[in-house]
Amino acid sequence: MSKTKLTLNVNGKSVEAEAEPRELLIHVLREQLEITGPHIGCETSHCGACTVEIDGRSVKSCTMFAIQAQGTEITTIEGLGNPDKLHVLQEKFKEHHGLQCGYCTPGMITRAHRLLEENPNPTEEDVRFGIAGNLCRCTGYQNIVKAVLAAADELNQPEAVA
Amino acid sequence: MIPGRFEYHQPDSVPAAVGLLSDLGDEARVIAGGHSLIPMMKLRLAMPEHLIDLRAIDSLKQISVAGSTVTIGAMATQSDLIDSTELATAAPIVRETALQIADPQVRYVGTIGGNVANGDPGNDMPALMQCLNASFHLHGPDGERQVPAREFYEAAYFTARDDLEILTGISFPACEGGYAYEKQKRKIGDYATAAAAVLLSKAADSSCSQAAIALTNLADTPLYCQEASDHLVQSGVTDASIDAAVQSALGQIEPVDDNRGPVEFKKHAAKVILKRAIENAWARA
Ligand SMILES: Cc1cc2nc3c(=O)[nH]c(=O)nc-3n(C[C@H](O)[C@H](O)[C@H](O)COP(=O)(O)OP(=O)(O)OC[C@H]3O[C@@H](n4cnc5c(N)ncnc54)[C@H](O)[C@@H]3O)c2cc1C
Ligand code: FES
Ligand code: FES
Repeated sequence: MSKTKLTLNVNGKSVEAEAEPRELLIHVLREQLEITGPHIGCETSHCGACTVEIDGRSVKSCTMFAIQAQGTEITTIEGLGNPDKLHVLQEKFKEHHGLQCGYCTPGMITRAHRLLEENPNPTEEDVRFGIAGNLCRCTGYQNIVKAVLAAADELNQPEAVA
Repeated sequence: MIPGRFEYHQPDSVPAAVGLLSDLGDEARVIAGGHSLIPMMKLRLAMPEHLIDLRAIDSLKQISVAGSTVTIGAMATQSDLIDSTELATAAPIVRETALQIADPQVRYVGTIGGNVANGDPGNDMPALMQCLNASFHLHGPDGERQVPAREFYEAAYFTARDDLEILTGISFPACEGGYAYEKQKRKIGDYATAAAAVLLSKAADSSCSQAAIALTNLADTPLYCQEASDHLVQSGVTDASIDAAVQSALGQIEPVDDNRGPVEFKKHAAKVILKRAIENAWARA
């Protein structure tokens, strides 16, 4: 099957890749574009470790063909923060012990980012319901939920907005 | 898990999609949100040689309420249904159901068309559509036809849709009265162990003027419960008539033993869930 040339906007940069139709977006991101923040957890659309943001929606990138992402804008954990300048969510996950092994964390934070974009003042229930598509197998959800709520608080401080 | 090889097509109109499907025939499948189909392709339970992606057909994404008729395009996603204020007024049960499907990521991409066309008894929208007395609009090489949701499901994964037809939309009368979609599941994001859709209208004298009941994942198709619905209209909604309606509906179910539990447990769950749905709908009527 011949490969199709793809032009994607990933983390604000226009990038090119080539994929045959059956290649899943997660594989193109990780193997061709070397964007390895999104992880492969279950490969069966359940765990959310592969979550990325596509045109303003959280998507499990193991359940989308790369060819379907042609022309879209994609944000991954790499686009949110970096070791020199952590995103508020990353900061709060660190502070509140929202991670242990860290395997679920990129998907968790990418999802939480979209949740806060849509709902800047979530209740605890909103957060639990909003991250229901992301599984964590070691930290437990208490601290993850605390971290997301703390990030929401911080982002709502006037100085954080400016 | 890598799906088998296929060729990808992205038509930009319904006639173009129908044309492609006619030309490619048996070897082709339509893809909507892909959240049932891609997992099946990874398991090689589906191995289409051609995928016809409907994502670029904007006309299939509309949601409209005209007079007392609600029309939803096949490519409206579950989150489109949740976000639609028109729909929240004209048929709040749709939002209540959509919020109980899967998780946020799945709801951003999973479509109503894929959910009802799939034919998986675990899908939640089919029973809801039967409850709403919806019609499915099918477009094929010979033109358009409509099939009532109550006559659409034949067996697991077998529906009245011809292989060469595309489901373009769904229409149903706007709802009056009380409603409830109650779902028992093992965890958020899971398919139903048992679920029930109920619509009830209360007349001025507190009798029940209209009733519709349908069940999810309790047989190899969704089940519309005509007798149970009629019973509530004839007898009014009382503790005794609710029990009788539930018993009647339970007579229709054929749950199977699986990882969601043994048959006896599912019958129990069905009973609890349906009773709760009727009581909630009546309280809201
Ligand atoms: C983790 C997870 C949990 C889930 N939980 C639930 C749940 O609780 N309840 C629930 O109802 N669903 C659930 N789903 C399924 C989800 O809602 C699917 O998105 C939905 O069943 C199918 O919609 P789709 O748009 O993804 O369709 P696709 O996967 O693209 O298509 C499904 C089938 O329908 C056919 N098809 C699609 N659109 C059309 C059309 N317009 N015309 C003709 N044929 C068409 C396709 O050829 C395919 O055979 C879950 C999915 C996942 C991954
Ligand atoms: S790897 Fe995609 S959902 Fe688990
Ligand atoms: S931190 Fe280990 S799985 Fe979540």
